[in-house]
Amino acid sequence: MIIAIVCIAGIGLVAAVSLALADKYLAVKEDPRIGMVTAVLPGANCGGCGFAGCDAYARALVEGTAPNGACAAGGEACAAAVAKILGVEATATERRVALVKCCGTRSESIRLGDYNGICDCATAAATAGGDKGCRFGCLGYGACANVCPKNAISVSDGLAKVDKRLCIGCGKCVKACPKHLIELVPASATIHVLCNNPVRGPEVRKVCGVGCMGCHLCEKNSGGKEAGHFTFDGFLAKVNYDNPPTDPSIVAKCPAKCMAEDPHFETGH
Amino acid sequence: MKTVKSKFKFKGGVHPDYNKELARDGAIERLPLPKELAVSMSQHLGAPARCLVKAGDFVRRGQVIGEKAGFISVCVRSPADGKVKAVEKRVGAAGAMADAVLIDTTASLPEDAPPPPVLAPMDWSSATREELLGRIEEAGICGMGGAGFPTAVKLNPPPGKRCEYLVLNGAECEPYLTADYRVMLERAPRIRLGVEIMRKVLGLPAVRIAIEANKPEAIAAMEAAFADIEGNVEIVVLPVLYPQGSEKHQIYATVGRVVPEPPALPIDVGCVVENVGTVAAIADAVELGEPLLERVTTVSGDAVATPKNVLAPSGTRYADLLEFCGGATERPAKVISGGTMMGFAVSSLDIGTTKTTSGLLFLSRRRVFQYSSQACINCGRCLRACPMNLNPAEISKAMEVDDVKTAEDAHVMDCIECGACSFGCPAYRAITQFCRKAKNSIRARIAAERAAAAAAKASDGAAKKEAK
Ligand code: SF4
Ligand code: SF4
Ligand code: SF4
Ligand code: SF4
Repeated sequence: MIIAIVCIAGIGLVAAVSLALADKYLAVKEDPRIGMVTAVLPGANCGGCGFAGCDAYARALVEGTAPNGACAAGGEACAAAVAKILGVEATATERRVALVKCCGTRSESIRLGDYNGICDCATAAATAGGDKGCRFGCLGYGACANVCPKNAISVSDGLAKVDKRLCIGCGKCVKACPKHLIELVPASATIHVLCNNPVRGPEVRKVCGVGCMGCHLCEKNSGGKEAGHFTFDGFLAKVNYDNPPTDPSIVAKCPAKCMAEDPHFETGH
Repeated sequence: MKTVKSKFKFKGGVHPDYNKELARDGAIERLPLPKELAVSMSQHLGAPARCLVKAGDFVRRGQVIGEKAGFISVCVRSPADGKVKAVEKRVGAAGAMADAVLIDTTASLPEDAPPPPVLAPMDWSSATREELLGRIEEAGICGMGGAGFPTAVKLNPPPGKRCEYLVLNGAECEPYLTADYRVMLERAPRIRLGVEIMRKVLGLPAVRIAIEANKPEAIAAMEAAFADIEGNVEIVVLPVLYPQGSEKHQIYATVGRVVPEPPALPIDVGCVVENVGTVAAIADAVELGEPLLERVTTVSGDAVATPKNVLAPSGTRYADLLEFCGGATERPAKVISGGTMMGFAVSSLDIGTTKTTSGLLFLSRRRVFQYSSQACINCGRCLRACPMNLNPAEISKAMEVDDVKTAEDAHVMDCIECGACSFGCPAYRAITQFCRKAKNSIRARIAAERAAAAAAKASDGAAKKEAK
């Protein structure tokens, strides 16, 4: 009995000592700053920074392999907090939000037929290019809404819309959209062209009542080509987000009715 | 040469209404050259061809207008003389956008137009294997049955792999389609010549000609054409069962071998499967120097005035095919490119045919069922129907909530998208579409991983160079 007690106690002692030694000499030193940085990141794990999650980004920040300011969700406040911990300058970032560049709702645009397959944009697009008459427009099956970590996208009347207040600019929706019509734009820009169809006006008109015809009136009304507020891709006007237009009066003057002032949908969350 | 019954019956399969009588007895008719052709640069699986012409160019019949881009790719030749009206992105039959060359065939060519290119006729018995393979490649031949795999690639097995069996696919198990059937009836001697050429290229494998039992006339025609052929040649009569025309099931039915999971190919079990139409095209390319510029397409369905088997240049707009068959008797509720089981619904009649357009079906309201999908009732019919031994119910349920991992674990990559599961589902679930969605996301993930690995390797290499 005594032998047993001594043996067990002895084994326990040896193990305890070796554990204590191992802890002292074999410890993997983790930079305490990683934990601190993780704490100031938003914890959304959205992946918008390009890393597997907030933890991975924090590690990269501390190791100095990632730029400070890549976290769209945290924005400037977060970058400043990280800068305080690490002593590195935050790269200036502007908050970016997603914009669905289409305004062809079911009532405004034609559908080529009845699609009753599964509710997924890529799958619908693989079925005869999708049921929408416009080959470039939003199909409205919500693939973007399904991947949004912030529930910022809602689909109504066959069109996806982003709630600007909820969007953290992670870009997941941009990748999910098979029609490539979502773009991350500066949150401060308020005037947008909501169309993605670069073909000639009459062709657009056949399929959509609100498609851009490439008439250049928006450009003219905003100070002409020199002002540089718009660029054109075929017969499609694009806002130059490095120098966005600010005069809201040009919106009503668009004959195609595809311009809008701050179209970001407010869901009232 | 002998005719035998298939000894192997695969598990699963379904019996759709064949509806072949609509077009079966119509001899192949040649379509007069349409005024406009829309030739897609994406003719098959794999990389689309690179377009070589622009608006305003004159093209000659047989001129290469799209060069092959990549290994799994074939060139595209102009099916007619004419002037290029435009090169624009168009939706293809399978839904993806690709460059299409619009050719105005009524334009008169300028005096100094170069003569159309000619491929010299070859004597196959004296030509070398390489010469024959080269010809098949330059003639732009790809599988005409479905996916359109480049034939020259298929006939050139990688080192270490040998073709023991050449399986000729004359099953044509898709409902409505009769194009292959008519080719077997009317062009049997060409098929025989094609087989002899392919045998030479593949190193004299045994030949199995697979035909479903519901086509006795085709069996008789092939028996007559192959009666005096030397070597190990058999006509295998297959039981009537969909998807008998699938490559894997055909190999099982004729030689009893099972092709393992992808990425394994039929050549891994010593087989090469080729569609009968393709074999006839090979004979034309070699003996007559005629590139693959036209094909037989079955135009059928209950909304077509006179269903026909039409020999049309590739790029013929669907609208022209319909007009040639007397137009529609009523407004079609659904238009399908291909057969009803695996074909694609199309949304425009401006799309041009390709080398793989085996059929064009116009179905009336009465033939089209507007279903709405419901929850799975766990009846197990899809499991019984699946010829690949999958659990389609599980896959569809997983994909309903975007659970690609479960679908992958359920071997969704094995799915051949035959549609047998959706066909019998009493809850009208779009199971095959779920499988397709799963396969597409898995493929996209693999491609992204490969790209990331390649990028990492490249930046690694650059870093090492810098260090030096
Ligand atoms: S709307 Fe798009 S960018 Fe914004 S949070 Fe959602 S997925 Fe991310
Ligand atoms: S924006 Fe794109 S992903 Fe979102 S519903 Fe429209 S088509 Fe689908
Ligand atoms: S799961 Fe795939 S292979 Fe099986 S029946 Fe369905 S479509 Fe065919
Ligand atoms: S056939 Fe349809 S309802 Fe029956 S188990 Fe399969 S998916 Fe479920």
